[in-house]
Amino acid sequence: MVKLRHLLLSVTAVLASSALLAIAAASADPARGPAPSLTSPVSPERAPNANGFIQRWLLLEPIGAKGLTDSVVQAAVKKEYFPNQFTVIPRDGDKVTVGGAELTWHAVDTENYNVNLYHFAYALNKRTSDALFWAVTIVNCAQEMTGVRLAIGSNAASVWWVNGREVIGIYNDRQTVIDDGVSKRLTLKKGPNVVRAAIVNGGGATDFCARFLDAEDRPLKGFTVSVVGASMP
Amino acid sequence: MKLALLATVLVVASIAFALNGEIGIHDPSTIALCDGRFYTYGTGGTTLVSDDGWTWRRGVAPPRRGMAPDIIHIGDRYYMYIAANIGAQPKAAINMISSKTLDPNSPDYKWEEGGVVASSDGKEDCNAIDPGVFLDPNDGRLWLVYGSYFGYIRLVELDPKTGRRINPNDQPRNIAINCEASDMIYRDGWYYLLATHGSCCRGTDSGYNIRVGRAKKVAGPFLDHMGVDMLQGGGKLLVGSGGRVIGPGHFGLLDLGDGVQKFSMHYEADLDRGGASVIDIRALLWEDGWPVAGENLKEGTYAIESVRTGTALELAVEGVPVGGRRGAGGGGGAGRGMSGGQGGVIPPQDVAQVSVNWPAGNLDVRMANYLCRAHQQWAISAVAGAGGYPGSPYFKIAIAGTDRALAASDDGELVVLPAFTGGPEQLWRIEKLPDGAWRIMPKSVPNSTAALALSAVGSSFATLAKFDPKSDKQRWLIKTP
Repeated sequence: MVKLRHLLLSVTAVLASSALLAIAAASADPARGPAPSLTSPVSPERAPNANGFIQRWLLLEPIGAKGLTDSVVQAAVKKEYFPNQFTVIPRDGDKVTVGGAELTWHAVDTENYNVNLYHFAYALNKRTSDALFWAVTIVNCAQEMTGVRLAIGSNAASVWWVNGREVIGIYNDRQTVIDDGVSKRLTLKKGPNVVRAAIVNGGGATDFCARFLDAEDRPLKGFTVSVVGASMP
Repeated sequence: MKLALLATVLVVASIAFALNGEIGIHDPSTIALCDGRFYTYGTGGTTLVSDDGWTWRRGVAPPRRGMAPDIIHIGDRYYMYIAANIGAQPKAAINMISSKTLDPNSPDYKWEEGGVVASSDGKEDCNAIDPGVFLDPNDGRLWLVYGSYFGYIRLVELDPKTGRRINPNDQPRNIAINCEASDMIYRDGWYYLLATHGSCCRGTDSGYNIRVGRAKKVAGPFLDHMGVDMLQGGGKLLVGSGGRVIGPGHFGLLDLGDGVQKFSMHYEADLDRGGASVIDIRALLWEDGWPVAGENLKEGTYAIESVRTGTALELAVEGVPVGGRRGAGGGGGAGRGMSGGQGGVIPPQDVAQVSVNWPAGNLDVRMANYLCRAHQQWAISAVAGAGGYPGSPYFKIAIAGTDRALAASDDGELVVLPAFTGGPEQLWRIEKLPDGAWRIMPKSVPNSTAALALSAVGSSFATLAKFDPKSDKQRWLIKTP
């Protein structure tokens, strides 16, 4: 098995040069970029920020989706848009075909606590309303962490999975509030853990934020985040 | 207490929402806790015992009987102060007795006489009855307040090592007048003198009411909220008659820790118990530096709103807007669109109607903005025979109009069960905190011995967590929807 570190180093240069340029280039539509709050990852891993927020993600260009109620969002996120939708660990620049359209995964760092999906989609000249965004990141833990919670906010509805298990669903038109949706207690295993999200926006601004909380509801630290999952089993 | 009362045996039927069991007593002492049991002692040797603070039964009377005892636990001993008239009022004396335990079944149960700690000669402006004992948390000094209408409420110092008068020759200090049943407590730099005004022992005609003044020093001056000295008849009302009870008197602090304070008293007449004199326990709240008598929870249908987040607890099902979903373009019927609602009345949401689409089985709980929906309205009802805690029975919390009951889950989280079965994880202890918010705790949590409270860990998610009195996470508003 190839060590994750080697993989990370090998892709750093690619990440550094590709992400936001790719945002501008990957779309067949004229790009409007750059996305003001998003940058290309320049390191293989990064720690969460001072308040524990995860600032590195792989984002898929938006898919059309309409409706924000519980049942509509659940149906939208459970629909299979591309192969291995709930298990794939995408790489920057990977492409999937959804409804005949080719969509690209983009590795991004956000300079803020949140990831501004409106910036992301607008820069690509993609839809920002009635849109479903897939997001994936890898949380690398030096040791097992028990009794922690994923805590997210999203504009608007969103559903979240940790290591393949659905842990949060928040619905309806809503703004991003820190620690809006919080999972039940869960365990982050030693090594890489996959956090996956589907965010559905109705109209207007759209973004999300995510962090883990420890057993005392304090921001969890002591892990790193990467967007390369090549060493995942 | 103006009259020396003989012990009155009052056995009353249990009625929800005043204390349960045998609660007949007059002039109850401060409630003392010994080996997990609650004890209180009244005039004439009346003794009440409770395992949980909710259901009470008769206990063993102490060897010295008299009027309006008070009790305090210091070190390894309980000191009880009991008054008796030793002639025509106001000639009286207060005696102290002490024991290592209040449990008559313990080998350590042995009351020892400690002698007279205060008296009145029948001529002076004091009637040495109605003792109230107070241990100053600042310096560990022990004080006794006493007196009843014949002149002054007085203060003398006791020895915390023995419970006896520290110097019998010290002149008692006058600190209030024209009241009785005094007691003292301390909070945030203030000494509070609680005393009962009005007349006792007249059943439904009793004007008893508990009033308070405060001072920066233990010896006063105790002024009320209008600046009137209690030595001149001042006193801010803490609690008077109301509802179905008349004549509250004889304040006693019950501090349960974690900032949760309650107080005991007796009512001269409980209208639901034939006008009997009974003990009650209510929440002690604090507002602008003054104690306030809080209500215990009453049965009803409520929204449960987090102080932390302002969002309300709800069953995790898809909500339906009251009046139906808004149609395209703002139409869809009266009151449903931006331009609708011209004078029509939209009825409350019918839970029977909207619940047909709710999944069967266990469901999650979450929080959201309160929108008057059926899955956000909780019926809180007392559970008969399930025990309780000081002041209240355990409650069932269920979606109104259904039997879907809130419970602690096996993993220390929350779940809504399809039906209430009465398990301890489905019973809830709901108590007012000093600021008037509520703390909500399951009787027990499966696979855990920890005492946990309903906690808003996020805007849309509630869990169970250790209670932190300094945090808003476990503070809830229980609102009439």
